[in-house]
Amino acid sequence: MTAKVITITSGKGGVGKTTITANLGTAIASIGQKVVCIDADIGLRNLDVVLGLENRIVYDLVDVVEGRCRLRQAMIKDKRNPDLFLIPAAQTRDKSAISPTDMIRLCNELRELADWIFIDSPAGIERGFRNAIAPADIVIVVTNPEISAIRDADRIIGIIEAEEKGPAKLIINRINPAMIRRGEMIAIEDIVELLAIELIGIVPEDEKVIVSTNKGFPISLDEKSLAGRSIRNIAHRIYGEDIPFANLESNGNLFTRITSFIRSSRGEK
Amino acid sequence: MTFDQSSKFQHTQNNLTIKGTRDGLLVKFSDGKWDNLKNSLLSHLKNQKNFLTGARLSLDVGNIIIEESEIVALIEQISEFGIKLWALISDSPTTIKNAQSLGLATRLSMPKIDKPSSVPLQSVTLGEEAILIHKTLRSGNRIIFHGHVIVIGDVNPGAEIFAGGNIIVWGKLRGTVHAGAQGDNSAIVCALDLSPTQLRIADKISIAPSQKNIPKPEIARLVDNRVIAETWDF
Repeated sequence: MTAKVITITSGKGGVGKTTITANLGTAIASIGQKVVCIDADIGLRNLDVVLGLENRIVYDLVDVVEGRCRLRQAMIKDKRNPDLFLIPAAQTRDKSAISPTDMIRLCNELRELADWIFIDSPAGIERGFRNAIAPADIVIVVTNPEISAIRDADRIIGIIEAEEKGPAKLIINRINPAMIRRGEMIAIEDIVELLAIELIGIVPEDEKVIVSTNKGFPISLDEKSLAGRSIRNIAHRIYGEDIPFANLESNGNLFTRITSFIRSSRGEK
Repeated sequence: MTFDQSSKFQHTQNNLTIKGTRDGLLVKFSDGKWDNLKNSLLSHLKNQKNFLTGARLSLDVGNIIIEESEIVALIEQISEFGIKLWALISDSPTTIKNAQSLGLATRLSMPKIDKPSSVPLQSVTLGEEAILIHKTLRSGNRIIFHGHVIVIGDVNPGAEIFAGGNIIVWGKLRGTVHAGAQGDNSAIVCALDLSPTQLRIADKISIAPSQKNIPKPEIARLVDNRVIAETWDF
């Protein structure tokens, strides 16, 4: 096994990085792939909470890096899917406890043990973010249809390019189709046009996400949830399947436009 | 005998090289006297007579100047062997002129042309200093340059350009730009879509009108100490 390392980042906080990471990890593991999720947000961990694994933590990322435990000991097996593992962040330390080199070394060791490694990056552009993107093969930028989140996404895409980790891929989270229809939300076309990177998914706003996060039950396991379905589609796209965007939403008007836009942006390459 | 890509055979003796090519025989004279060279060519052709009958011949004489009468004589002499002279190549303008007046070609059909990229460009035009940025400037990118700045790509909100001279954006300008930042009142800013967050020229600051209809190329400059943007008509 030689795992691909995918880092989920955003620049701005609160756009849904952790939710996306937890759900993409869960969804790809459901295909039967072996997945390790790493929480790189040292000092502010919460990937364990979203996955409902908080009470199983014994060792964390910093313990592995500083040699207090073996890598396998820090890999917490998911309670639902035996192919999904979590390496949690340390809560009592801060981002300076590990370096980009540590992350690269850790991931190289992990690559032999899994098919996919998902890294949940902290917000910001400092050390924690650099740690998270250092080992990445693919960087996914998550943004919301809000001007401040888009601005930060643009900034972070520039840094990813400068670090030669680009071109990044884009997920737009918390789309509100009703608001877009009323013209009260920034259009997806405008976001993609400004950021000028490949869009691999749009996730609609869904109240169920909050409920599922609070329960520690990833939304991608909920067959009925629209957001869950969108994230499962993204997982299948990452896995390499060609999933059309039009399946996302019952409302033809909006999503036909999105689909045609994605086709044209892919056609450029 | 040696071979190269274009020749079928090659024969060298006494400053005389004979090559077989797609265009027939190519004979090259290096230094020497015309009469001597001609005689050694003729003797070679005589030896190969049976083999060469019907061939066409091109002759590269280098710098040697040959009179028209001498060329005519050669044509007659080689025609005895059934060989036709069709081209005479030379570095000497006189020889070329003489050959042309006899209706001979003065270059081979496939002249070697250097690829344009391999030709070194020597600057002959003086201009002003400028930098070219061929990528999209994203939020957090900052360009500071004492001369002109040319961007091929977009300038996104949050990106900044400070130029001593003009700023030209072949793309959408949505960030903050400052042209003539060292006080040049004549500096301009132009873009295919001029919608900057803030636009400064010299010590004047302006904000783009909030909504525009269809993006048009515009050029901004100082008129009576105010920043004016005009549509670029062409």
